Amino acid sequence: MIDVTALTRTYGGLRAVDNVSFTAQPGRVTGFLGPNGAGKSTTMRVMVGLTPATSGSATVLGRKYADLPNPGREVGVLLDASAQHAGRTGRETLKIAARTMGLPLSSVDAMLETVSLTDKEAERRVKNYSLGMRQRLGIATALIGDPEVLILDEPANGLDPAGIRWMRDLLRGFANKGGTVLLSSHLLHEIEVIADDLVVIGQGRIVAQGTKAELLATAGTLVRSSNIAELSRAFDEHGIHAVASGPNGLRAEADADLIGKVALAAGVPLTELRAADGAGLEEMFLELTSETSREGAAA
Amino acid sequence: MTATTVESLDRAPTRVAPRTPPAPIPFARLLKVELIKMFDTRAGFWLMVSIAATALIATASVIAFAPDSALTYDSFGAAIGIPMTLLLPVMAILSVTSEWTQRSGLTTFTLVPHRGRVIWAKLVVSVAIGAVSIGLALAIGALGNVVGTAIAGVPTVWDISGNQIVLLVFANVLNLLIGFMLGVLIRNSPGAIVGFVVYSFVLPTLSMVLGNFQQWWADIRPWLDFNWAQGELYDGHLTSTEWAQLGVSGLIWLVVPLAIGLVMVMRSEVK
Repeated sequence: MIDVTALTRTYGGLRAVDNVSFTAQPGRVTGFLGPNGAGKSTTMRVMVGLTPATSGSATVLGRKYADLPNPGREVGVLLDASAQHAGRTGRETLKIAARTMGLPLSSVDAMLETVSLTDKEAERRVKNYSLGMRQRLGIATALIGDPEVLILDEPANGLDPAGIRWMRDLLRGFANKGGTVLLSSHLLHEIEVIADDLVVIGQGRIVAQGTKAELLATAGTLVRSSNIAELSRAFDEHGIHAVASGPNGLRAEADADLIGKVALAAGVPLTELRAADGAGLEEMFLELTSETSREGAAA
Repeated sequence: MTATTVESLDRAPTRVAPRTPPAPIPFARLLKVELIKMFDTRAGFWLMVSIAATALIATASVIAFAPDSALTYDSFGAAIGIPMTLLLPVMAILSVTSEWTQRSGLTTFTLVPHRGRVIWAKLVVSVAIGAVSIGLALAIGALGNVVGTAIAGVPTVWDISGNQIVLLVFANVLNLLIGFMLGVLIRNSPGAIVGFVVYSFVLPTLSMVLGNFQQWWADIRPWLDFNWAQGELYDGHLTSTEWAQLGVSGLIWLVVPLAIGLVMVMRSEVK
């Protein structure tokens, strides 16, 4: 359980995090979405006490992070897989974490196996690790204390497709056992597959939050026809808002039943009619963050 | 496609009983972890090796090159002490700055969200390693003195008193603390090492030059020039005035900047 209440962090005049409030529930994966520089990482750093908040608060398991007696045993944190001592071996890095938490060193070998780092790789210095290997080591550091909460910033970065699949199953399993997962990503497909709840942030402010089902329900209906011009005209007459979506396709803000009736009345043959999905999150994301993104509304 | 993948995954959360919070992290554990961290990196390992190696090389050099009359414990101690005055502060600097320069602090300060405890553990460990290193150096020097005089066939001279040894250890620990202070203040490995060189070699020279030309500086220099005040420690005897001068200059050049550095460590962002 993570509670963030009216969290604000300013840098001079810049409000990097602006009055952000949300809750990450146990048993669910909460996806934290936003364009580059939206304030995701800053929010996460404030949660674990690495960055002081200007105002507002964040609690993990009902307490301020700094008040957790042995944080590694309750909260697994991975904020930046690159932030590891380059001159230390992978195994030694994990051993340091295990020792700090007061865990037996036998847990280190078991955890290396869990994240699929071989003995040979574990003996290499982190300097020689690929980003994917660093992510695995970072995940191992987060998981080794058997925590109840995971806070992960872009954990899928640098992982190969098999690694991404592995990560997805791992987080799903963690949440199913009653754990709380907060993960940020700009890989929308990943978030769409794994997350139960979404928090979307743009320029430091929350622009949308809710369950994934709720947020994507507004995605509308996808309709395709060989006579798209006629169909558009029919929609206009009925006051149905629609935007182009792929070749010969429209995404209409109405349910499939109404779209079908309108098309029938207009005598336009349809080649496809279904609830818009797949690109739903991406479209929602671009729509919600268009005002705040670098590329502007055109994106 | 994605929707079916989501639905096919079992997502019924199983309720788990609330766990009892774990025991707090004892300070002794932090000391142990910080001690291990000094040695388990490549830089740390070679720094420790070089402390031992330079002590041996210095001892061997005295035996090989010093005239028989100079084969005294004082000569061995001095030869071994010189590399120590650079290596120990660098060790103390790296113990602090690597958390920022290598960014391992992200994990360290997440696992122990009380930076003061971590820094305090680093300080204790640095001073302990410094004291052990000096003890080791004096032991190697003693061995060199026995072996060297035996080879040269001259009487073994023990010309360092117990009081001098205490001051020598104190001087080296003070020097190490200067490194630690710069590490805390600058929090960047190359920056802090350059800072140490400026602090220990450039500033004293500037102070000396200024003193040669400006009488007012020559008059107050003993009270404001920390390096000058420390010099007496290596000579083995301090008057009460010299102790006072060491205290005043140390307050200005060590205690105050260390306090500023600690405040900055507590407040800064770890990125």
